[in-house]
Amino acid sequence: MKTANEYTFTNLKAGAGLDAALKAGRTGVISELREAGLRGRGGAGFPTATKWNLAAAASGEDKYVVCNADEGEPGTFKDREILTLRPDLVFEGMTVAAYACGASRGVLYLRGEYAFMRPALEAELEKRRSSGLLGADIKGVKGFDFDIRIMLGSGAYVCGEETALLESIEGRRGEPRNRPPFPVSSGLDGAPTVVNNVETLVLACAALANGAAWFKGMGTEKSPGPKLFSVSGDVKRPGVYEFPFGVTIKEVLKAAGGEGARAAIVGGASGYCAPAPEFGRRICYEDIPTGGSFLALGPERSIPAAAENLLEFFAEESCGQCVPCRLGCAALLKGLRSGAPLAELVALGESMQVSAKCGLGQSAPNVFLSMARHFRKEFDRRKN
Amino acid sequence: MTKTPDVKEKKGATVGAEVSVTVDGMVVKVPFNATLLDAAIKAGIRVPTLCHHEDLRPAGLCRVCVVEVEGQRALQAACAYPVTQPLVIRTRSPRIRKARKHAIELMLSEHYGDCCTCARNDSCELQALAKEYGADASVFGRPAAPRLAVENAGPSVVRDMNKCVLCRRCARTCEELQGVAAVGAAHRGEKTSISACMDAPLSETACINCGQCINRCPTGALSEKDDTAAVWKAIDDPTKHVVIQTAPAPRAAIGEEFGLPPGTPVTWKLNSALRAAGFDRVFDTNFTADLTIIEEGTELIKRLYSALVLKKDEALPQFTSCSPGWVKYLEHFYPEFIPNLSSAKSPQQMFGALIKTWYAELHKLKAEDIVAVALMPCTAKKFECSRPEMRSSGLKDVDYGLTTRECARLLRQAGVELPAMPDGEFDDPFGTASGSGVIFGATGGVMEAALRSVLEFITGEKVENFYAHADVVPVRGFEGCRYIELKIPEKTGPVPELISHLIPDWAWLKGQTLKIGVAHGTANARKVMEDIKKGGKFSQCHFIEFMACPGGCLGGGGQPIPTTPAIRKKRAEAIYAEDAAYGEQGRPRKSHENPAVLRLYREYLTDGPCGKSSHLLLHTHYTPRGKTSSGKRG
Repeated sequence: MKTANEYTFTNLKAGAGLDAALKAGRTGVISELREAGLRGRGGAGFPTATKWNLAAAASGEDKYVVCNADEGEPGTFKDREILTLRPDLVFEGMTVAAYACGASRGVLYLRGEYAFMRPALEAELEKRRSSGLLGADIKGVKGFDFDIRIMLGSGAYVCGEETALLESIEGRRGEPRNRPPFPVSSGLDGAPTVVNNVETLVLACAALANGAAWFKGMGTEKSPGPKLFSVSGDVKRPGVYEFPFGVTIKEVLKAAGGEGARAAIVGGASGYCAPAPEFGRRICYEDIPTGGSFLALGPERSIPAAAENLLEFFAEESCGQCVPCRLGCAALLKGLRSGAPLAELVALGESMQVSAKCGLGQSAPNVFLSMARHFRKEFDRRKN
Repeated sequence: MTKTPDVKEKKGATVGAEVSVTVDGMVVKVPFNATLLDAAIKAGIRVPTLCHHEDLRPAGLCRVCVVEVEGQRALQAACAYPVTQPLVIRTRSPRIRKARKHAIELMLSEHYGDCCTCARNDSCELQALAKEYGADASVFGRPAAPRLAVENAGPSVVRDMNKCVLCRRCARTCEELQGVAAVGAAHRGEKTSISACMDAPLSETACINCGQCINRCPTGALSEKDDTAAVWKAIDDPTKHVVIQTAPAPRAAIGEEFGLPPGTPVTWKLNSALRAAGFDRVFDTNFTADLTIIEEGTELIKRLYSALVLKKDEALPQFTSCSPGWVKYLEHFYPEFIPNLSSAKSPQQMFGALIKTWYAELHKLKAEDIVAVALMPCTAKKFECSRPEMRSSGLKDVDYGLTTRECARLLRQAGVELPAMPDGEFDDPFGTASGSGVIFGATGGVMEAALRSVLEFITGEKVENFYAHADVVPVRGFEGCRYIELKIPEKTGPVPELISHLIPDWAWLKGQTLKIGVAHGTANARKVMEDIKKGGKFSQCHFIEFMACPGGCLGGGGQPIPTTPAIRKKRAEAIYAEDAAYGEQGRPRKSHENPAVLRLYREYLTDGPCGKSSHLLLHTHYTPRGKTSSGKRG
């Protein structure tokens, strides 16, 4: 377990990742990351090397690298920590991605509520431009041109979904697109676009600077490397913690002082609710995946009330586009409140998981469904 | 073939290649980038859809068309999933049926309305799906009361948003096909709604009343303003002389409302049907279509002569002005080009002005006792006839514009079975029309009609000498924006008597190249206008035909529902066939050969085309408007 001063990235040497990347060459970067097994830290866990490779292979002159800093999952605040402590590494990671994919334009899409960080981030960008780390012929490499602009989100949760985020950058209503085509072939303004989470970009620098073997030395076989967790809820010491992937729920609770919890929501509002008997399970792609949110539910917490709270969030934050999410979230909430048969609500939730248009809608019922499975009796007892 | 999202073809993938898709075990081949829906259709399998429409880009938001794609966890929307590699899909499984039924039931949970009293009863796509899937309204409930008042204050479109299921076909139509974007999604989550600019009533926005949204609405959320009750009232009043003019596009389509296949023209049966329903006279709008050609053509010749010979500043290219949706579009978005619009009224309004003046005089009728009805393919015609500029007779020149759908409703209420009616002629004095008037109903038709007359005027020769059967084929077709150059022959004839007071000879046109344009669907009009603003090839045109609706009037917003490219093509075929039949029946095919038009100039508009009396009755002016509001520009 590591906290603020000892995260893997905190003391990473500035520029080490970019230097290693330039030394390895474009294809070398991708093969090193493939060797390291780095997976996206936003939640879906897509292999970063594969994504970069697809973008590198896509035809198109002006490619984009977009950093998804629209950290909006309830109970998630780990990207804020990175952006505050080491913004330089975020931009360095974007630059490395641009180098690997042949992108010339970068956008950091910053969560609206993080507007307070913007001056510091702009100052950092300016510093990098004046030191030749952004702009034309970066670090003297001829033809390696790349710059970054910051775009502020406007508060919609759905804009954390990468295609909704792209719509938002393009100046339209933030709503997910149909996929395929995926952003790597047709993204921002139709150009091949890599969209990566803040933490992913920083870890790419770390993996390149320290080598794949070092990176793989942490975590599990399919989920190598360290992971930041935003721990909150009924714990004594909420905050950001770093663990290697594969950490058990019990270990996280212990570190944050939440041993008495009756359940933990792993992966945020769209994640999974594990009951106490499952606290020995590991957090990693082999078991319970996560984007980093960890919410402890103490012994006094009502599970149906928590489910209601989360569904209220989704009913409000659904982009309003597809039927299963727009009306399904509302129907689940209404059904919970009115005491509709649980089996019908579960059936609806399962339909939403497979038929909603985007990841938000597909995962909106996740926590409710896991709660309904593990705490059925509590739902049956709820007031009508 | 439906449209697919833009998928960049990978290098090496052969353009135009076919990709195989296994649909429920059957292998079919579809073009690269076709959709899974295309593949299912090809395999003879019906996949239900709701937000999908052939004219629009895929949205993939109702999720009724979900199917299983092998290798993927989640179901995929067949309408929006492009085929770029061989795929194996299944269209039937328990979870597919369950997901579809859930989507339908969820839509029903916010759909408020009484099917029996709905304009779309029996043609509602949600109703059909609910029936097909045995939807259970008790699962998620039905709204107990309407959330919103029905918005019916506008001239053309009635919005009952209680019936809206947010498929966004209207918003996509308005943006993709029409380039207006008067409506779009607003708010979020379950509060999402289709909203006009800042929730303003539609009639106070830049809506051009084209009604294309109505044609694509799957439910009764959008419908035309129904004027049938008012028309019945007039018919039932013995003191009123009720006349109706019928436009060519509805005649090529109204049969669809009575179960006839698209493309069945019923012009002559309709005459008998309308008389049976109680109309005192049935007139042919094509009469004033011919008149429009003479007036608008004369105006063009005057402008060209003034610009080319007298070297005066003239607003060129001249734009057609018979599509009221297009006119309002230009007033909103390109008001600086108002001088380019022909001042000639549309055929509907020319007709109205003549009925309440010349016709009233001829038959010793009081204009105020005449009720002038127009059967049009168009919802914007309702707006047009209520424009303050359209009162040349001192009264409302046209009292009611009925859409094809309303007319069918009226005939059904009259107990008239249209397909069974005998043929009947039009009434005089507006009974004679030419084939040129007929083709006004198709995109390019106004241009072709004008060219038939202009070419004969200039050369003194039969247009058949240049184009077989007088079919000016280069201007026909369905391409959105068309640019055509026509060489004017070296040999010119004398100036016809009708316009001999305006120009001395044709010498100035010898050997010139006539440059013309055609655009239909205002999104295409926008492309042409932007090209003109940039000084592109369309800025060099002499004359451009603009129609607000895709396909021209035959695809109008008042035409039978549904509308698809195939249906519009059939209607166009019917229209061109009717024009051709005019030749075989010995009827005139060129506007300037219409004897009734010549009689009008002889007896009533004696100072000729674009003369003083014609200007009073047959020409109009326009109103600059804001980009977001309907009113005059502040």
